[in-house]
Amino acid sequence: MEIVGSSKIRKDAFDKVTGKARFVDDYKRGDELYAVTFRSPRPHIKIISIDTEEAKKIEGVAGVFTYKDIPGVNKVPLVFDDYPFLAEDVCKFYGQPIALVVAVSKEIARKALKKIKLKYKELPAVFDPLEAMKKDAPKIYGKDNVFRAYKIRKGDINRGFKEADVVIERTYRTNYQVHSYLETQGMLAEPSIDGSITVYGTMQCPFYVLDAVSNILGIPQSKIRVVQTTTGGAFGGKEDVPSIVAGHAALCSFLTNRPVKLIYTREEDFDSMSKRHPGWINIKIGAKRNGKITAIKVKYVLDGGAFATLSPIVLWRGTVHSTGPYDIENVWVDSFAVATNKVPCGAFRGFGQPQANFANESIIDELAHELKMNPLELRKKNFLDIGKKTATGHLIKESCGLKKVVDKITKISNFNKKWKDPQNKKGRIRRGIGIATSFYGVGLGAEGKFLEKAGAHVQIFKDGSVLVAVGNTEMGQGAFTVLTQIASEILGAPYEVVNIIEPDTTRIPDSGPTVASRTTVMSGNAIINACKILRRRIDGVVRDIFNVRGKVISKNGYYYAGGKRISYFDAVKECYNRRVKMAEQGFYRVEGTTFDRKTGIGDAYFTYTYSCMVAEVEVDIELGTVKILRFYSGHDIGKAVNPKLAEGQIEGGAVQGIGYALYENLVLEEGRIITNNFTGYIIPTIKDIPDDIRVVIVEEKYPNGPYGAKGLGEPPLIAAAPAIANAIFNATGKRIRSLPILPEKIVFQE
Amino acid sequence: MKVRFKLNGKWVDVEVSPLKTLLEVLRENFNLTGTKEGCGKGECGACTVILDGKAVNSCLIPISQVDGKEVITIEGITKNNELHPIQKAFIEEGAVQCGFCTPGFVMSVKALLDKKKKPSDEEIKEAIEGNLCRCTGYVKILKAIKKLIQK
Repeated sequence: MEIVGSSKIRKDAFDKVTGKARFVDDYKRGDELYAVTFRSPRPHIKIISIDTEEAKKIEGVAGVFTYKDIPGVNKVPLVFDDYPFLAEDVCKFYGQPIALVVAVSKEIARKALKKIKLKYKELPAVFDPLEAMKKDAPKIYGKDNVFRAYKIRKGDINRGFKEADVVIERTYRTNYQVHSYLETQGMLAEPSIDGSITVYGTMQCPFYVLDAVSNILGIPQSKIRVVQTTTGGAFGGKEDVPSIVAGHAALCSFLTNRPVKLIYTREEDFDSMSKRHPGWINIKIGAKRNGKITAIKVKYVLDGGAFATLSPIVLWRGTVHSTGPYDIENVWVDSFAVATNKVPCGAFRGFGQPQANFANESIIDELAHELKMNPLELRKKNFLDIGKKTATGHLIKESCGLKKVVDKITKISNFNKKWKDPQNKKGRIRRGIGIATSFYGVGLGAEGKFLEKAGAHVQIFKDGSVLVAVGNTEMGQGAFTVLTQIASEILGAPYEVVNIIEPDTTRIPDSGPTVASRTTVMSGNAIINACKILRRRIDGVVRDIFNVRGKVISKNGYYYAGGKRISYFDAVKECYNRRVKMAEQGFYRVEGTTFDRKTGIGDAYFTYTYSCMVAEVEVDIELGTVKILRFYSGHDIGKAVNPKLAEGQIEGGAVQGIGYALYENLVLEEGRIITNNFTGYIIPTIKDIPDDIRVVIVEEKYPNGPYGAKGLGEPPLIAAAPAIANAIFNATGKRIRSLPILPEKIVFQE
Repeated sequence: MKVRFKLNGKWVDVEVSPLKTLLEVLRENFNLTGTKEGCGKGECGACTVILDGKAVNSCLIPISQVDGKEVITIEGITKNNELHPIQKAFIEEGAVQCGFCTPGFVMSVKALLDKKKKPSDEEIKEAIEGNLCRCTGYVKILKAIKKLIQK
């Protein structure tokens, strides 16, 4: 291999450093209109009337639209169809869309927004998921406000606790996290020939957007074209919610027959778009004196907000991973995604795992403290490995680099030498070290398997340049660079002449969403499947030219066979001379994942990424401030197709995880977000990062992955918060069981 | 109102409402879309341009205050299609991910290096503290700048 495994320069780097890369708001049509959204002013209301007459009279207003103007179906198509594009009789959260104003300028549209008169009656609201689960709580969803419940029953939980020498039970809480992608949500929709429509915008999942636009307009999917523009960060926040923005923009364009731009302000984005779910986790864990864990019981509640969106599957991922990367015989998990009168939560890097992992990896440390053991030793006694089983009973048969990752990280961080009992530490400034681990099921898993597929189109032109089209997206993570490397490696084409074009639903079959750290495996394999066919044809021509048999080897832009060589470009020319078909489609799907909803048992995912993080902190116990001195993050990802990009993912994930652990605090009053800009919601700046972030990559090949690769996008965030919480405990003896760990929590805890 | 200012080396005139911000005028009147709006409140730095030698958040500058001054945007720092050394360093070190914040970072770094050739780590951090990046964790951005200074 010469291209896969090398740190090639990003394909999009030049356009991005020069400002030439065009994000959706950078496109102009000349005749476009601007749309803005009229939203619910309260968390739970019954709408009596919406009067749009005054707004419509303002000069320059092209239309004011409510649910009555929707020609298709007023449901955002996701897991459940409970979320209307525009509210009909009830609004369930502050900021829920009610109407859309379209005008010749943003200023006029905003002016008209103020003229809409809404008459409503307040309804009782509930903001806490535990309150919402009570019998007499106001009803937001179904009979019990529970969107989805899961359970895992493995072994005999009572026997497991009986066998334990030590049993502890603790409760942990986590707050929201806001994606804070730098580019807010936005779409540009424009009418096309014969009643069809094109939607451009910032998104992770063009095929979700396709479903949504088809729903709201009531037109066939074949008449809709969805194109992803350069996307300024996503982290899960552009998985489901762009369907709403695109639906709105498409509706306005369809009804006015003009291009329509709909770009969110930062405040609007905070108020109405998805977030990481707040979590409530109660765990009881038992172990023998020697550290062998005998039983674990988890109750996991996610605050879903007003509509189901992706909560059911976020909950599922969290549930499956809720007991950590450990082999535990007796497992009992109950989990619930609950409706409240707040902004709907959705996908965010880690997808239900960071909340559960914070609880799980904190209680492992608490258990070690009870057992008077080093927390690393306790973990080592229970880690998953080849031949061991996950909480869902999935037998690990291959590609498990957990121990290697842990050994490398604890060695470079000198963990055992630095870890000292907190009781012996004195003084105002105290240092400590903490560890946390995680495992991450790559891809959508058994509960999302109907979407586990991807397509690719590969076309080699006469001049040798190669165009690749895929249905997964580039959002900054470097997917297109990595996928280009894979195509280039197989074809034997120089990296420089291979390019991926923007995802477009008219070019490629439905490839599922760009989520779950699945793109390298899924689109990578689809590309491989297409390229293999092309390569077979090229090889045939090469053999024919040299009149030899046997294997054709590609290296440095040449094909070698029978002791002779021909350049890639000459070989392509010869293929064209012989009228060889030089375009192919590839497709890849995964079979074999299982999950029994009655028992929670099954081979939940096709493979797992394993991670370990260590944080070294310095705590001022009078001010409660935490400084992270050094941070170590290691991952078994099967194969780093582009090591520098992999490092970038790991470093970025670490800092997002540090933000989640220490700074990011979304504050709500009566269901209304009051810290709805970066003034109030603090994400890390360059001054908040550790001086030293060290990355470790372990490559335990996954046989079905492209060149052995698994997934990486999400794991770099997951174990950061518990590693930091454990380090704070190690420094101060104070155990903080809720995120974020604000200074006051440290100061005021005994 | 009429505003006259030097934009990327050329004097320009524009007739525009005094309520418009420099960011809006750059994007709407001059199609210079390399300067981005990330928050509209001066908190994220995606709209950073250089105004009379200083890095500023263009979303906070009323266009009336720009009259007679000099503005440099991301589009104005490449000469004859040759990348600026800061841009080259960002590419080589992998300091770019989604790219939305990148032009703002480049402009903040340029304003710093135009004043001081060998700033300290603290001075670098001070200069880009107002630029938010959610993708990279800043590690490779800092590395790119430090490497450039060493050259």
